[in-house]
Amino acid sequence: MPETPAARETLHDLALEVRSKNAGPFWTTLELFMRDEAGYAAAADPAFLNEEVVARLYRVPADQVRVFRIPALNVVKIAFPRPVAQGGLGDRDVHSGQQHVPLALLVPPAAGARSPKAGA
Amino acid sequence: MDDTAVRILVPAGMLGAGFPPETVERGIALGADVIAIDGGSTDSGPFYLGSASPKTTRAQVECDLRVLLRAASAARIPLVVGSCGTGGTDAGVDWVAGIAGDIIAAEGLGLTVAAVYSEQKASALAGRLAAGAVHPLPPLGPLDARTLEDCTHIVGMMGHEPIEAALRGGAQVVLAGRATDTAVAAAYPLMRGMPPGPTWHAAKIVECGGQCTTNPRAGGVLATIDRDGFTVEPLDPAAACTPASVAAHMLYETADPFRMREPAGTIDVTRATYRALDERTVRVEGSEFEPAAQHTVKLEGARISGYETMSFTAIRDPRITAGIEEWAALLLRVLGDRVRATLDLGPDDYAVDIRLYGHNAVLKEREPDTGPAREVGVMLLVHAADQATATAVAKVANPLLLHLPAAGMSYLPSTAFPFSPAETERGPAYEFVLNHVVDVADPAELFRTEYRKAPADA
Repeated sequence: MPETPAARETLHDLALEVRSKNAGPFWTTLELFMRDEAGYAAAADPAFLNEEVVARLYRVPADQVRVFRIPALNVVKIAFPRPVAQGGLGDRDVHSGQQHVPLALLVPPAAGARSPKAGA
Repeated sequence: MDDTAVRILVPAGMLGAGFPPETVERGIALGADVIAIDGGSTDSGPFYLGSASPKTTRAQVECDLRVLLRAASAARIPLVVGSCGTGGTDAGVDWVAGIAGDIIAAEGLGLTVAAVYSEQKASALAGRLAAGAVHPLPPLGPLDARTLEDCTHIVGMMGHEPIEAALRGGAQVVLAGRATDTAVAAAYPLMRGMPPGPTWHAAKIVECGGQCTTNPRAGGVLATIDRDGFTVEPLDPAAACTPASVAAHMLYETADPFRMREPAGTIDVTRATYRALDERTVRVEGSEFEPAAQHTVKLEGARISGYETMSFTAIRDPRITAGIEEWAALLLRVLGDRVRATLDLGPDDYAVDIRLYGHNAVLKEREPDTGPAREVGVMLLVHAADQATATAVAKVANPLLLHLPAAGMSYLPSTAFPFSPAETERGPAYEFVLNHVVDVADPAELFRTEYRKAPADA
């Protein structure tokens, strides 16, 4: 059967805010502020979002990716070294302000399971 | 001293960002003991440190300083400004000190100002490097003495100690060079004997002013530190601090949201609790500070990586945008051939970055959406060892940017240049090259303080 619209919800759809920023000149931090516990459960699921997934998405070594899961705030925070130091040759985002987008567009499998499916 | 509580007023996240003056009046009325504000950051890139020039314009800084100097003088409380002039260079401290001096003289405020300088000499640091006292922070590796020499400016990030020493020395206004954001707010409460756990955590929460509230645009915050913790509230009565808005600020511009290193030790908020006292005030307890075995000072340095010239054109024709990546690759290849033929330069003599705005300029190979764009802005950025070479390469590129046909076009198209002349010289390009700490025996040994006593006629 065709996917329902709810089954295609991205992390961005499930979040209050997804943001990115420099953490000093050599690190980028990404933060997923999820709307509720269900959204947090989807984003925090290590089978869905982990160091290897971030490494593939951002083309950085997995062993340099740090993931923090903060249930008290419904927040998942990710940090990794910038591939290019801030403002250096070829840096296209001085404040790292738009780096959240590839993460925000991920579709967690749990998102589909959250909404009722006919005949499921 | 046996103070039971010390109140820090932070009017805004940055000097020159602006704030409603009535929010400062409110903070004074609530019993503020000190006004603290950050004057700079690395967040806007290496240019400001590398060139020792401020990001803010004088009128902005003057406007904020006038309000703060008047308020501090009238309430007889100290004002602390950190990272003066954006990069915290000696020129930045002098720039803010000049503006403050003019205001103090014009208004007859009679305040004593301490300027705390943080700029470092490469030669002195080379000695410490040779002695094994300089260590890299990830992701950088060991430091080469040559890198120190290449920097146009190097600053050390001071902790609270030099600021506290200036306050003890009689300064009513402390204008610090590069300082940790937290040290600017923590220095005075630490001097008054407040416990380090709550003091450092409160300093981190308030460092960006209203950022830890539900309405960051409404002005600053007041933090009240006591023996057991701290409370924080916005200075605009309509704004609110909530446990979530306060706790979330520990995430802001940090790689680790629970532990944060300062020169004197590490803030640890793993066990901190956040509780709403009412609908706009939050109580935080359980914050800890672990003193470090070795006191360290972090270094920041920027050097000129070369000179840049930019050219920019735009494409709307779908016959070109449909294959824009192939077009850009062809442009790059033909440009390389022509630069070799006309300027006799090889690929190591210059760098060219073609950025396709509207297509993938921001995320490049990380861009998840590769569908055709309606318009594409083509930025050509040329980087070379000198300005003349960068501009020469950009000029060689100009006829290609203007007329390069896409594959299958049997005629020369013309693109949409927004400017004439097409080339814009950006001048020197800077890069951050230091992310290292220096072991120090005395927390103030890398910093120098000068006092400027105003005539006591106020």
